[in-house]
Amino acid sequence: MEKQELIDQVNEVLAEEFEVEVSEITPDANIKETLQLDSLSLVDMVALIESTFSVKIQNSELSSIQTFANLYDFIAARMSK
Amino acid sequence: MERRVVITGMGIYSCLGKTLDEVRESLYTGKSGIVFDPVRKEMGFRSALTAKLDEPNLKGVLSRNQRVYMAEECKYAYVATKEALDNAGLDQDYLEKNAVGLLYGNDSSADAVVKSVDTMREKKDTTLVGSGAIFQSMNSTVTMNLGCLFKLRGINMTVSAACASGSHAIGLGSLLIKWGLQDMIVCGGAQEVNPFSIGSFDGISAFSSRENDPTKASRPFDRDRDGLVPGGGAATVIIEEYEHAVKRGAPILGEIMGYGFSSNGDHISSPNVAGPTRSLQMCLEQAKMGIKDIGYINAHATSTHVGDTNEAKAIYNVFGDHKVPVTSTKGQTGHEMWMAGASEVIYSMLMMKNDFIGASLNFENPDEDSAKLYIPGERIQAHFDTFLSNSFGFGGTNSTLIVKNM
Repeated sequence: MEKQELIDQVNEVLAEEFEVEVSEITPDANIKETLQLDSLSLVDMVALIESTFSVKIQNSELSSIQTFANLYDFIAARMSK
Repeated sequence: MERRVVITGMGIYSCLGKTLDEVRESLYTGKSGIVFDPVRKEMGFRSALTAKLDEPNLKGVLSRNQRVYMAEECKYAYVATKEALDNAGLDQDYLEKNAVGLLYGNDSSADAVVKSVDTMREKKDTTLVGSGAIFQSMNSTVTMNLGCLFKLRGINMTVSAACASGSHAIGLGSLLIKWGLQDMIVCGGAQEVNPFSIGSFDGISAFSSRENDPTKASRPFDRDRDGLVPGGGAATVIIEEYEHAVKRGAPILGEIMGYGFSSNGDHISSPNVAGPTRSLQMCLEQAKMGIKDIGYINAHATSTHVGDTNEAKAIYNVFGDHKVPVTSTKGQTGHEMWMAGASEVIYSMLMMKNDFIGASLNFENPDEDSAKLYIPGERIQAHFDTFLSNSFGFGGTNSTLIVKNM
């Protein structure tokens, strides 16, 4: 999957699940703030990424994923393995 | 001076309507909310009959992070409670500044449990169940959600007492107010309507098999009844201490005069006569009323052979040959189970306020015991100022309420 295709797909599923406009999702934006995630809905984001891309984010890895760019890179790296 | 408990708001979401006005009209016209559900037949149900109601779409009303914790029955309860609070003249500011309680009847949240277990079995990864599952799966899902959504600050508890849950919730709430522990409580009952929630109930052949004639299937007290039809939704009443209600200029709709209860201490599914009789008697004693004070009885009668027979006997034990109109609104709604005790208070209130008693739908021929009661099979115009409402449940739990018009 091309990186831009991946980005578009990530943005689309996140926007739909967390009910924000795709335009609100920018690479440098903070994920939690943009999607209004608390500790519970963060679990739903992890589950959504896992079920959509078959990429599991461990709890210990979450702290390194702050922005959407971090998330795209994380998923792309795992998918290329 | 004894504290009095009054009803100052009502809200309902049922197969008879999504507002009080719609429900009143359905009660008046004798509309049935029962349909045949082909999905249940495909699932192997013995009886595919059910009450029909749509799940409320709360997108745009509540945020995603509020909705994700709500099981089906919570959505019904939210809509009913919003209507009740509005009718009681209560806004969010009031709720956040006062210790308003919450006691709601609910005794299952099967759909959420089944879906999360299916995910765990298939994916073998609990994260994929999602964050809402735990909060949707618990019996107290309605009270935990409503407590947070409306920011309630008083007692917060679910009452699980099978098909008497909603009635006990109102009764227990009335005691807390009477004893001075609360001034106002949001009470009610909720019932999920999805197939998973009642498949096991169908499995014990408790449901009517009159699938070729759905609107005739639920026929409480009728000689030819052959089982109940499951229903659901939610009903909310705001109960409040009388002086408190007067002081804030609330609409005072009725007074909860008595709450009676008992346990049969007998069979798990078959009701007896002695237990319900004691519940009725206790309620009259608590209300300091005699049988001649009661203008209408809303029976529990679910359209099962033994249940209706034994309730008819219990009513006759207490009321004897004094003929009070007795109907079961379950002829129209099916059995609303955990919700029934609350919804039937509202159905009775709507009839009391509008001077009619709706037909005990499908009561065409009495049997030996129902013949001893006055059960109108057609709607009657009747003014009454006090009604008694019965609710009985599995395990032999019984609850009776008496409400007076105001």
